[in-house]
Amino acid sequence: MAIDALELKLRPPELGLTPYPAKMITLASGEIMVVRECRREEVGVLLGTVYPLIGVAADYYDIVACRMYEELLGWYRYRTANEFVLVGAINGVIAGIVNSRSVDHKLGMSLHTLTIKRGLRVGAQLFAAKMENHIEYQGADEVYIVAESPNGWKRWMLEYSLEDRSSLYPAVRHELGGGPTFCLTRKLWDAVKASKCTGTRPVPPEILATANKLIMPTEYVQIPGFKR
Amino acid sequence: MTARIGIVGIGHTRFGNSSEYDLADVMAYAATDALIDAGILEQRREVDQVFVANMASGLFCHQSSVASSMVSKLDMEPVPAELIENGPASGASAVKIAYMAIASGMVDVALVVGGEIMRKISGWEATDVVATMLHPEAEYAMGLTLPSFGGMFARLYMDKYGCTERDLALVAVKDHDNGALNQYAHVQGTCTIEAIADGETAGVVNNYIAEPLRIYSTCPVTDGAAALVLVNMDSPKAKLFKKKPVRIAGVGSATDTHCVHNRKDPLRLDAVRIAGEKAYRMAGLTPGDISFAELHDAFTILELAISEEIGLFERGKSYLAVRKGETTIKGRLPINPSGGLKSKGHPVGATGVSQVVELVRQLRGEAEEGRQVRDPKYGMSVNFGGFGNNVVAIICAKD
Repeated sequence: MAIDALELKLRPPELGLTPYPAKMITLASGEIMVVRECRREEVGVLLGTVYPLIGVAADYYDIVACRMYEELLGWYRYRTANEFVLVGAINGVIAGIVNSRSVDHKLGMSLHTLTIKRGLRVGAQLFAAKMENHIEYQGADEVYIVAESPNGWKRWMLEYSLEDRSSLYPAVRHELGGGPTFCLTRKLWDAVKASKCTGTRPVPPEILATANKLIMPTEYVQIPGFKR
Repeated sequence: MTARIGIVGIGHTRFGNSSEYDLADVMAYAATDALIDAGILEQRREVDQVFVANMASGLFCHQSSVASSMVSKLDMEPVPAELIENGPASGASAVKIAYMAIASGMVDVALVVGGEIMRKISGWEATDVVATMLHPEAEYAMGLTLPSFGGMFARLYMDKYGCTERDLALVAVKDHDNGALNQYAHVQGTCTIEAIADGETAGVVNNYIAEPLRIYSTCPVTDGAAALVLVNMDSPKAKLFKKKPVRIAGVGSATDTHCVHNRKDPLRLDAVRIAGEKAYRMAGLTPGDISFAELHDAFTILELAISEEIGLFERGKSYLAVRKGETTIKGRLPINPSGGLKSKGHPVGATGVSQVVELVRQLRGEAEEGRQVRDPKYGMSVNFGGFGNNVVAIICAKD
């Protein structure tokens, strides 16, 4: 009982997030990617998917994988407030993971985007889904974003024309490492969502079922010769 | 008597991202591949002349004098080497100049290597570097890039002939089907028409780059190199080579106005037409003789337009042939069996050489299963520089 009481003191307050409805996207390859919210009990397969990339320096996979690993643990062990994790799965195999958290009902704090399957804009679709969740489902007016890699910079800061809030530091600051803070506002989102965000809802039950049990990838283009 | 000049060695790197490597190393890799294929790696100093094609190593990777650098890496001194730059048509220009050198009698064996490392810088910066070939004041300073020219050209073509975005997507699907089977291709994955044109999510998955061109209408930014060994088939040195030469039957090139707006009709690619006519004339062939073609589809619209300019299809009708599947591997006239620039990639200085490597692979019957053209006799390549202002066409023959 004492342990439970102490644990409750360690846990952050929760806002109670609105569920994100699953959607499906037909990738250029013709493969169908189901994008859905992850369940806490799936953390094992998520961590197992992220872990091999911790040693990949190219394209800053190491930083993103390390940090996402920690954030997934924080989510699983109730050490991060209002975090959500979305996954893109093709026949159940994880193609990419994004995570984020709500600071309050009006502000989102984008955490990380990790693309496993490359060359099909999986990361772009998942990032858009993360923003969709914040603005369309959680009701945020703004989402703070930082980039940790040149790819992230091109995909988010440039392609979304994000507002540069770095001059407002330290009053305005992202939670990740003190990098320059950029912001997606509802107005910016409304301007780009038709060209950036897609997906079909509802997902037919038979397709949704393929993503019910998540599977760790057996191949990583980032790690030639990878064996699990 | 016209010299009989043949290709006796081919080499190619896997196109893709080689940005962590030195350009001269990447070119040397392809050159070594070609020398091995020709069976003269140990006797490589029998090569009389090296021609290197590269468009912009200074801008892409802050490197110059790559021709002599590569020769040194190959331990081929004192074989002379020169660099040839003709925009994205540099590769085929180097083949043409090697042909001229051999035909002149100065050279019996030539090594031609084309290479480019474009991914040391971002894709946006690479697009800017490529745009430096446009007219500085009239085009580049106005913000024009090659994709924007491609977009305007595509819009004009679509409005005039009734071609649709879906037709452009069909070209991409066909090219990716071929490229997926090509061991050297950058993008070794297929795409489906449902996913990139017909489906509910296609508009975002296949996003616009320069409307009406989408990401699947446009070649990737690619690193890589390709190489050829050319020989005067009637010289004593021809005996060095074991493989039967693939003969270069025709070469043609032409120049069009630098500024696209100075052309009477922006949809007419006169340099392509003239280069093709010259190559046909030299080879004593007509478009009807061509078994397959490697065309410069930096944008899918260019595959259509070039195929018409060189007489493979009636003007404004090539997209109808694509709809009928006539340009697939099993079709009447396969186009871009390598996957083309769209799928194989477009390392600008390497592309023209890579196209000729593909002609040789097909004519030798060495293409991978599933993308080998059936019993080809003549293959034709068109390498397109600028927005059509420097063009080289080459016809190779299996004698």
